Amino acid sequence: MKTMNGHKTSKVLLNLLCILLCIVILAPLVWIILNSLKTNPELFKNSLSLPKAWRFDNYAKAWKLGLYRYFGNSVLVSTVSLCAILILSSFLAYGLTRFKAKGAGIIFVIVLGGMALSEQVALVPLYKMLKSLGIYDTYLAVILPYIAFRIPFTVFLMRSYFLSIPVELEEAAIVDGYNSFQIFRKIIVPISKPIFASCAIVNLNFVWNEFLFANVFLNNKAIQTIPIGLMTFKGDLRTDYTTTLAGLIIASLPLIILFFCMSKQFVRGLTAGAVKG
Amino acid sequence: MKTRKYVPYLYMLPGLLMVLSFVYIPVFMNIGYSFFRLSSYSAGAAFVGLDNYRRFFTDEAFPVMLKNNGLYCIISLIVQVGFGTILALIIESTSIAKKIKGMYRNIYFMPSLISLVAVGLMFTFIYDPNVGFLNALLKAMHLPGKAWLGDSNIAIYCIIAMSQWQFTGYIALLMCVAFQNVPEEYSEAAAIDGAGPVKRAVSILIPQAKEQLLVCSIITVIGAFKLYTEVYSTTGGGPGNSTQVLGLFLYQQAFLHDDLGMAAVTGVFIFVITVALSVLQLKVTNSGKD
Repeated sequence: MKTMNGHKTSKVLLNLLCILLCIVILAPLVWIILNSLKTNPELFKNSLSLPKAWRFDNYAKAWKLGLYRYFGNSVLVSTVSLCAILILSSFLAYGLTRFKAKGAGIIFVIVLGGMALSEQVALVPLYKMLKSLGIYDTYLAVILPYIAFRIPFTVFLMRSYFLSIPVELEEAAIVDGYNSFQIFRKIIVPISKPIFASCAIVNLNFVWNEFLFANVFLNNKAIQTIPIGLMTFKGDLRTDYTTTLAGLIIASLPLIILFFCMSKQFVRGLTAGAVKG
Repeated sequence: MKTRKYVPYLYMLPGLLMVLSFVYIPVFMNIGYSFFRLSSYSAGAAFVGLDNYRRFFTDEAFPVMLKNNGLYCIISLIVQVGFGTILALIIESTSIAKKIKGMYRNIYFMPSLISLVAVGLMFTFIYDPNVGFLNALLKAMHLPGKAWLGDSNIAIYCIIAMSQWQFTGYIALLMCVAFQNVPEEYSEAAAIDGAGPVKRAVSILIPQAKEQLLVCSIITVIGAFKLYTEVYSTTGGGPGNSTQVLGLFLYQQAFLHDDLGMAAVTGVFIFVITVALSVLQLKVTNSGKD
């Protein structure tokens, strides 16, 4: 009986702890959301109160004030980078795993080694390179480094998945007269959908939120992505706190929505991603 | 497969070239830069030997950065990895009903999906001395408020706390998955032998998830030395130099003070630390495979 009671108390305590942590995580977010729906004088008077009228027009204002442009830029940069990352990495992983090519081992080590090199270390030389290539302050200035820096990790994930695909499938296809690209497109890619989804999500999380490169390589407001846009936005709006808060929420929503739509895939992608992060 | 010999290289070449030209070449150029005095507006470069290194290690910001990156690293290890693991054990234990497990996990995980900049800006509002959430709460409890990010003694801790808020749930989720992969029979057998939940966690679950735990620790340590956006979007290194970190110092040397050589040395310093840790991680993940 005693241990049963002890078990019950610990159960209640652990559940209370979990609920308390939920509050710690959610309270700041709820506070931000509530204040994004107020007027500025209301916020300054008492930031803990509920809004008198729910001012959704703060969101419309933030969007019209320029957020739509940053948002559009981020969609463009993310889409192009993501497609290129997936295509180039899957080609590379395919070449590494399905041909027994000479030197594949060395190529794999070189690509994998890229995972250990961080963006900070490449920042200054990249800046000079992009300037001399004449693409500094264009979309390409961030897209090219994003692709290059995400290939190693994506190849790493895809390679281990491709290795698990049985060779017999390809042998049958060769009998049918498929060339190597047809095999890739009609056999490897369809079978590998789960790993493509995981890689897409993990990389999207990186590209959508990347700040260091975007901050240095994109100077022109017209092409800046959302993370930079938010910093600029805050600077421009100085005292208009509520509109800035609304902007922060708009910027954060896409990935949160995506997460709740595909949380299972997301978790799987992250588990694979835990090998590097 | 019967194909012409060059075919596999056609698949590998584009990706390989991207990695070589935009990752390897800049990193090696950076090592070269560290021996020169360089400016971004003039093409000339003067060889200065180890002078940039001497300036870096004797800079008054150097001990501050070591302290701040170090503090961030140690506190993150304790909270994100240590407490995150305990949290994962609690979520995966029988004490939490199956139906709400996923909900807890998702809620704790959510902050890691918000961009670092957005979190940084949100917390500058939360820490705001006049209208911020924290001081409003303290005021409601009739307690005196603080300057938070404006107080050089506690500003770095405010930034570190923000990161713990953002990433503890991320590590917890990774550990949850690792614990789920431990075969249930192990725990059941131990339960029959009379092991309580704490003993089962310590003697079975944690040793079984050891590899994942190490990987999480290394990710956290590497992250601590790449720290940049969190500081840039909250204090910008201030007040004074009190929240200066390596990543931000590199950026400021290069793009505010136009001292590319000094920035390059900072890069080399980060490079040495992160590469050493990555090699360690590779060893850990490989040792688990056989």
